Amino acid sequence: MALENTQIQDKLTETFSSSVFNFQEERDIFSVETSADKITALILFLKNDADLRFHFLTDLCGVHYPDNEIDRQFAIVYHLHNWYENKRIRIKVYLNGEKPEIKSISNIFLSSNWMERETYDFYGVNFIGHPQLKRILNMDEMVSFPMRKEFPMEDSGRTDKDDRFFGRTTTNC
Amino acid sequence: MSELLLPPEHRYAKIIKEKLNEDGSELSVLNLGPTHPATHGIFQNILLMDGERILEAEPTIGYIHRAFEKIAENRPFYQITPLTDRMNYCSSPINNMGWWMTLEKLLNIEVPKRAQYLRVIVMELARITDHLICNSILGVDTGAYTGFLYVFQFREKIYEIYEEICGARLTTNMGRIGGFERDWSPAAFEKLDTFLKDFPAAWKEFENLFERNRIFLDRTVNVGAISAEQAMAYGFTGPNLRAAGVDYDVRVAHPYSSYEDFDFIVPVGKSGDTYDRFCVRNAEIWESLSIIRQALDKMPAGNEYHAQVPDYYLPPKEDVYNSMESLIYHFKIVMGEVPVPVAEIYHPVEGGNGEIGFYLVTDGSRTPYRLHFRRPCFIYYQAYPEMIKGALLSDAIVILSSLNVIAGELDA
Repeated sequence: MALENTQIQDKLTETFSSSVFNFQEERDIFSVETSADKITALILFLKNDADLRFHFLTDLCGVHYPDNEIDRQFAIVYHLHNWYENKRIRIKVYLNGEKPEIKSISNIFLSSNWMERETYDFYGVNFIGHPQLKRILNMDEMVSFPMRKEFPMEDSGRTDKDDRFFGRTTTNC
Repeated sequence: MSELLLPPEHRYAKIIKEKLNEDGSELSVLNLGPTHPATHGIFQNILLMDGERILEAEPTIGYIHRAFEKIAENRPFYQITPLTDRMNYCSSPINNMGWWMTLEKLLNIEVPKRAQYLRVIVMELARITDHLICNSILGVDTGAYTGFLYVFQFREKIYEIYEEICGARLTTNMGRIGGFERDWSPAAFEKLDTFLKDFPAAWKEFENLFERNRIFLDRTVNVGAISAEQAMAYGFTGPNLRAAGVDYDVRVAHPYSSYEDFDFIVPVGKSGDTYDRFCVRNAEIWESLSIIRQALDKMPAGNEYHAQVPDYYLPPKEDVYNSMESLIYHFKIVMGEVPVPVAEIYHPVEGGNGEIGFYLVTDGSRTPYRLHFRRPCFIYYQAYPEMIKGALLSDAIVILSSLNVIAGELDA
């Protein structure tokens, strides 16, 4: 593969110095971490740099880590793909648990429009600058963000199911 | 303008009012869907129409949202395949296999060559059903019902092969970690042979009916065209992207399940219109048939159909009753007491509509910490309002079916 991890790492360190960090090859994807305020600059750089050319946004989604410290309770995960060199990269950004917000990349990648809406819908992450940040899969009247870990999957008042005998408890399921 | 159709605060109401003052003609609003037979699924589009031309469209999705990602966070790994079935239900084996391969990547399991080839066969069969439905329904939407009824019996034949392999037809829940739940029966191979003998002739007839058909050409050429740049910006993958001339195919870019062993070409179109999408899917069906034949020819001898991974692969039921070791494995697997590594995995497969990706975050417990499905339909359906802008209403239907938007995959 022509585009090596070290080459990406050098370029990113050169441009963003310490605001892009935690470089690692996780299984088959090279992943990096950055801070929320640098995300648009980083993605624009990855997309437009003549060597890196990560021109395709494969995926964007959120993860909730309620057990982390307050500034790292949400993560937004971006998967970019360079089809010329066939190289993927994963960018992870951690956000504050009280007030998760990050700049929208919908003007860089059109396809991120609905993916950001989906992330907002399920995690309540505010994408600043998104043209139409409203719910997409759930109904508009909904007030909670259902993919957050504190949101129970089933109504806790149900009495018709007893999962204790199937290895499930409230903590491990 | 009736308020029943459109609440007065809707932005279209304002546009209609202004436009009326301008030249005296009246724009109208049309609710296409949510349950219109021509949309083949539950999609709603609020269209702003000038006569029969579409000026703007506003899609609403989520009518069959079933919270698969939330359910997946509460289910052991092997209970998640039934969820993947129900995403793109026209080609569920691809989703099933994609999920098993994600887990195998997580657990570093090497699947035996024969099982990999069997997987390739079943995935290509699934691709054939997917494309077959899309193209024949496109025929129905342009007024040719016969072709659809004629080739649909071959989907039935493929479903009979699925039945021989796993017992189910539509939502297959096929395979296990490391391979298949049972070896393929001789009947499955027989049915596969009959299918390979009969289907090409029928598909050739179907193609002949459409490819140079004046009516079909008039309805599809230059309808819903999208340029390669725009398609990539909107996150298109799969046949819809290839119709625009970009030869990205996950099977070639990141070969999985031994796709590198087979010779096949990645058909591409040029203009990205409805006709090109139709042709790309047709060509892919021929490639799929060739891959299946190659896989049958190269199939390693023996009857190995799963990897030897007792930690994750349920032992045969007789052994569970008769040997202590199997009983222990069975118990541990069912109770979810098998350790999994802490990792983040992204595994893509080439589905019927494009790159289906599984982004899996594990924390060592019996369920995924987070599982995100990259659903190609969800991503490229965003381009639909842009694609039908300025088109006729009847074209909007044709464009929708040529994009092959599957409601289950769209809403997850």
